[in-house]
Amino acid sequence: MALYSDKVMDHFRNPRNVGVIEDANGIGEVGNAKCGDIMKMYLKIENDIITDVKFETFGCASAIASSSMATELIKGKPVSEARELTNKAVAEALDGLPDYKMHCSVLAEEAISAALDDYSSRTGKTV
Amino acid sequence: MIYADNAATTKMSEAAINTMVATANETWGNPSSLYGFGQRAKEILEDARAKVASAIGADPKEIIFTSGGSEADNQAILSAAAAGKKKGKTHIISSAFEHHAVLHTLEKLRKEGFDITLLDVHENGILTAKDVEDAIRDDTCLVTIMYANNEIGTIQPIGEIGAVCRSRGVVFHTDAVQAMGHLKVDVERDSVDMLSASAHKFHGPKGVGFLYVRKGTPVTNLIEGGAQERGKRAGTENVPGIAAMARALTDAVANIDGYASKLTPVRDRIIEGLSRIPHSALNGDAERRLPGNINFCFEGIEGESLLLMLDDLGIQASSGSACTSGSLDPSHVLLAIGRVHDVAHGSLRLSLGEDITDEDADYIIRSVADTVEHLRNFSPVWRDLQSGKTQYIL
Repeated sequence: MALYSDKVMDHFRNPRNVGVIEDANGIGEVGNAKCGDIMKMYLKIENDIITDVKFETFGCASAIASSSMATELIKGKPVSEARELTNKAVAEALDGLPDYKMHCSVLAEEAISAALDDYSSRTGKTV
Repeated sequence: MIYADNAATTKMSEAAINTMVATANETWGNPSSLYGFGQRAKEILEDARAKVASAIGADPKEIIFTSGGSEADNQAILSAAAAGKKKGKTHIISSAFEHHAVLHTLEKLRKEGFDITLLDVHENGILTAKDVEDAIRDDTCLVTIMYANNEIGTIQPIGEIGAVCRSRGVVFHTDAVQAMGHLKVDVERDSVDMLSASAHKFHGPKGVGFLYVRKGTPVTNLIEGGAQERGKRAGTENVPGIAAMARALTDAVANIDGYASKLTPVRDRIIEGLSRIPHSALNGDAERRLPGNINFCFEGIEGESLLLMLDDLGIQASSGSACTSGSLDPSHVLLAIGRVHDVAHGSLRLSLGEDITDEDADYIIRSVADTVEHLRNFSPVWRDLQSGKTQYIL
């Protein structure tokens, strides 16, 4: 049995929405290099809709795949929906993660949450 | 496929496979049986013992066959500890970058009241005989230092350490799992009292190894039962595996100079190529390392991603990142030589096999360089380094 599902490997090999949004209005970074995982999410939000999302990740295959999948799950969605994204949803969309890698999906949830918090503090809007 | 993970395990040699199959087919009797068919298995077993002993300059009576390197390490350390305790000596010296088979056994002894000194390893991944000498006390019952490190391949001055231990009357054990079949090992020259080795690291089968115990050095058994291995290791012997190990070791030792002269230039070619990647660093001494070992840290990336992408490119390697160890901490070896967590996560170990070519080496260099660049392109750590927000470590 392979270490990861085909879906994890697909998102690891061809990560979606990689990069930086120069005029992002919500940026969140979680994790630390000491533990070996850092995720940074850039959101472009217009009229409460996430019109664009990009990420940068330093981490293992499941961290990269979790970030990639998380961006796919919230792109084009209302901010309220993004706020409700759970790590479980990210892991399920990837056809599962090994138990000891579940924290990667948690990081993805937290990175989006941190980016939404940043948007809130910049705009004064409650998300 | 370029298999560059020979420190993890090696492919069995054809000769070893043939020996294993022939023994299993033709001489499957129990060496403890008294009739001729059993005794023929016994002959094979003793022939293997003589070959293994001869490969390290030992007497056949000093060889105990085990299930591998971990068992041999456990038995050596626990034996010396038990003998020491009887004399009121409960201090053991080792190093911070030993294999876990050694470290975890020492940790167990620490909980039982032993005083364990883990010597610091210098930045080049080598400790000195002076380090050991300075740590020896009147109550030291064992010094256990690995012959060559399994991750960074650095070769320890085993002969000098052995001489110090001999002059101070302290039992000296070395975990030679990575050295056996790759370096010239001689227990007389090196004043070694106990030595562990594992067959699958030198093209023998998995699940077989041996412990050398110098005559007169007390040894206790881990496994109770029958009188096999002079009563020091119960259980019917794995005759096909042992015979195959002896064959593999004999071949490796006969070819040891050719092996080194073949691999060393390819190793150095890869080291030189990977050194050209910006903000990278070789781990461990450039000269005093195993002929096939290359270990690098690349700043701004994580090792598991690197090795999985290399796998896609047909290169099998390993990493000391936390993700590959299943814990939050990266390799204890890299931390022991002073690498900080942030860069230790971005490590890559290549351990070459003898079939490697210069073309393979160049393909490896290109693939690693491209993959590191790819991963850095979307690494927030790399971005911060590039923008000057954080400072480069390497």
